[in-house]
Amino acid sequence: MSWNLSSDRPIFAQIVEHIELDIASGKLPPGAKFPSVRELASEASVNPNTMQRALSELERKGLLRTDRTVGRFVTYDKREIERLRKEKASSSVSGFLMQMKKLGIDKDGVLELIKENYQKEET
Amino acid sequence: MSSLLNVSNLTKRYGTTVALNDLSLELESGHIIGLLGPNGSGKTTLIKIICGLLQPNTGKVTVKGHPVGVESKKVISYLPDTTYLDMSQKVEDIIRYFSDFYEDFDTGRAYDMLSKLGISAKDRLKTMSKGTREKVQLILVMSRRADLYILDEPIAGVDPAARDYILNTIITNYDENASILLSTHLISDVENILDQVIFLKEGNIVRFSTVDEIRGSEGQSVDSLFREVFKC
Repeated sequence: MSWNLSSDRPIFAQIVEHIELDIASGKLPPGAKFPSVRELASEASVNPNTMQRALSELERKGLLRTDRTVGRFVTYDKREIERLRKEKASSSVSGFLMQMKKLGIDKDGVLELIKENYQKEET
Repeated sequence: MSSLLNVSNLTKRYGTTVALNDLSLELESGHIIGLLGPNGSGKTTLIKIICGLLQPNTGKVTVKGHPVGVESKKVISYLPDTTYLDMSQKVEDIIRYFSDFYEDFDTGRAYDMLSKLGISAKDRLKTMSKGTREKVQLILVMSRRADLYILDEPIAGVDPAARDYILNTIITNYDENASILLSTHLISDVENILDQVIFLKEGNIVRFSTVDEIRGSEGQSVDSLFREVFKC
């Protein structure tokens, strides 16, 4: 299964995060159509009710939209997607900084490390 | 959300052993519910009473408002934990028998599932492995368009790959207004497809909540909570 759900956190929250990441990264571009709840549930091997709840949550957040004729699709609102991307990046960074703090590396050290890594990537 | 199954104050004793102790339970339509408990906790006893195969000492069961009987059996599709089919028969004969017997049996659905699992309808049950026989039984049960499916240990004898297929079959084949009550020991395999779980301990329900509630409040999987609650 490509969904890779972990066993210790609510399934619902993990599905929401999984789809959010696909939207933020552009893997699911604006307007991308969604299969039925049943198909998605089967693909992720989860309960259809849980999938339904996750999709409703994404709709509530404004990331998915439902049209009676077209079905469910990713929002065309680019600002909304940009906001999501920033939010995802920011929460990744704060997790990373917490980790650095635990390791006892200060701000200058962190910035130095980031620079080094970028250089390594460029060469 | 309407009440599908109503169990009230059910007690069942075998001699001096109490198998079910004043147990009450209400299930709604549209859910997949795991009935979990260690050996001897009363799972099969509860299931058999709901299906009308055992009489309780006290208490009452209704299915869609009907007491256990002809009307309740019409809407329940039951997979027992033992084989009851005639081993000398071919799968196609059994399918014909089932479609004759149950108004809601969908023959097309049965053949579709058989071909997806690579089982020939011309084969006789006695020539099949234990796992294949179990698959056939599950296909028969899931081919009915019932309101309540009761599956007693549906995946115990099949390999992990077929298990995935069977769980998928369950997700994609039940009507959204139907419910599935399934008992199993293989919690980690089924956990993601359940929305609610019932923990049965010594004939009592000790927990009845959704999988995500358990994960959210306990910070662990249903499987590991089970191991904690029923630690020997």
